[in-house]
Amino acid sequence: MKTNFRTYYLYLILFFLAGVIIIPLYVSVMGGFKHTGELRTNSLGLPIDWKFENYISLLVNSDFWLFLWNSTVYAVGTTFFVVLFASMTAFVFAHVKFAANKFLYNYFLLGLMFPFATAILPLFLRVRDFGLLGTSWAVIIPQIAFGLGFSIILFRGFFRQMPKEIFEAAVCDGCSYIQFYFRFTLPLSTPILATVSVITLTGSWNNYLLPLIMINDESLYSWPMGIMVFRGEYFTDWGKILAYVSLTLVPAVAFFFALQKYIVAGLTGGAVKE
Amino acid sequence: MRSAKLDALLSRYYTIIIFLIPALTIFTLFVVLPIGEAAYYSFFRWNGYGAPEKFVGFKNYEFLFKNRVFILSLKNNFYIIAISLFVQLPFALLIALMISDKLRGAAFFRTIFFLPFILAEIVTALIWAYIYDGNYGLVAAIWGFFGAEAPFVLGDKDWALVAILIVIFWKFFGIHMMIYIAGLQAISKEVLEAAKVDGAGPITTAFRIKIPMLIPTIKLSVFLSLLGSLQLFDIIMPLTGGGPSNVTHSMVSYLYYFGVMRMKVGFGSAVGVVIFLICLFIAIGYQRTLMRDDNENKF
Repeated sequence: MKTNFRTYYLYLILFFLAGVIIIPLYVSVMGGFKHTGELRTNSLGLPIDWKFENYISLLVNSDFWLFLWNSTVYAVGTTFFVVLFASMTAFVFAHVKFAANKFLYNYFLLGLMFPFATAILPLFLRVRDFGLLGTSWAVIIPQIAFGLGFSIILFRGFFRQMPKEIFEAAVCDGCSYIQFYFRFTLPLSTPILATVSVITLTGSWNNYLLPLIMINDESLYSWPMGIMVFRGEYFTDWGKILAYVSLTLVPAVAFFFALQKYIVAGLTGGAVKE
Repeated sequence: MRSAKLDALLSRYYTIIIFLIPALTIFTLFVVLPIGEAAYYSFFRWNGYGAPEKFVGFKNYEFLFKNRVFILSLKNNFYIIAISLFVQLPFALLIALMISDKLRGAAFFRTIFFLPFILAEIVTALIWAYIYDGNYGLVAAIWGFFGAEAPFVLGDKDWALVAILIVIFWKFFGIHMMIYIAGLQAISKEVLEAAKVDGAGPITTAFRIKIPMLIPTIKLSVFLSLLGSLQLFDIIMPLTGGGPSNVTHSMVSYLYYFGVMRMKVGFGSAVGVVIFLICLFIAIGYQRTLMRDDNENKF
């Protein structure tokens, strides 16, 4: 009897909390379908008079697609190089014995503690002096640099747990380190490749501060920058803004549900694995 | 003919060089050096063009610590840390304990609570900017239901920061809950079984076994929360942009408005260095006290 009573309260709390999470998302998606007048009087309910203009006008807006495309370029470019460079580095740290191994590993680890904000002004100057402003590299290269540390930790942890026997057998067969990396390590590492990719992709996709500093040219804006410009233009025209918000919300949520396993593994993996 | 041993050795050095160079170069050029440069530039008054020539010593720092808006932003960052550590994390732990057991629907709740974390911070903040809007949002609807005139919380000096804290709580408690759940799942079943046999109830088990065994995990989430709080920026921009009257800046948004936008490289770098020193101080303190009894590689 007592247990049932307790469970009842437990569910009450959990459902209340779930409501607090879901309702803001729900009112945003629905808000995109409402007239400004209706937003004022009916913010919680379903739209009485469904209005599709907000969504349609965005879907035919070429800027909207351009910003999404730019963000895709930044995310894919960053992820490709982070995965490649971090896995190569972690491979050396995990398998090759040399004097500076531990020292160099700690060098990358230290980078994790550095707040990105400290470096933004010198970083901007460096990117400018390298002549990268006005190109996608202005966003991609700094993102690679700041993504390496955590990815190296995740890769190294995974590589070290791979059975040593494969490695020894391969080396005896005259397989060089580089061949081994491409033929054995990478194909056997799909879970960690997926995890690092997913984390890097989402990090880049959602990044706001770095593109804001690096990008001046509107044709290179990322979608978070685009949404802020949009907000500036239609300040209280919430229907339009909420439609924009919802159109970016839906793919993010779908992506999350599809790849939840990897996202959670990546974010919590470093926490509990020895 | 070269010996096999020499070949192996050469192969090893090639590998080290080829595999390490890309990451080391990019990391050094775009992470490590800029941080050193920030320290150097912070002693100059410089707009970023030509070479920094106007050496001003500690003037940038002096100005910073006499500046009301910066002091306020520093305070705001510490409020955010305090609320995160003393309200958000215990709450996340409580929820993790509630849904880690064989509760029906645990997976469902876990997913829902984690959901806000994957949204872009900009999007999260825009959603809440709507909710807080005194003319249109949910706050307006709730106040209207009681027949009251809705407040504009984001425009109210006394409430704007509270409003931001609520958004931070909403967005980030899920990731800490997830970290705790992962930690709880690593606790061996035998220990929990033994406790049950000894007649320990869920509350005793939580306080005597689960929480003590979760300490390394809690330390990690504390650390992440500290560093995250100090770097807060995206959430502030769409909500208040630091207003009203510059009372809701974080250190990073202060750096953006007063350093980057005005291209004051020296002054902005000084702000960056202060943020860096606070992070460093925390990291060292973390290593010294919290990590003391842990094995290496916990991170």
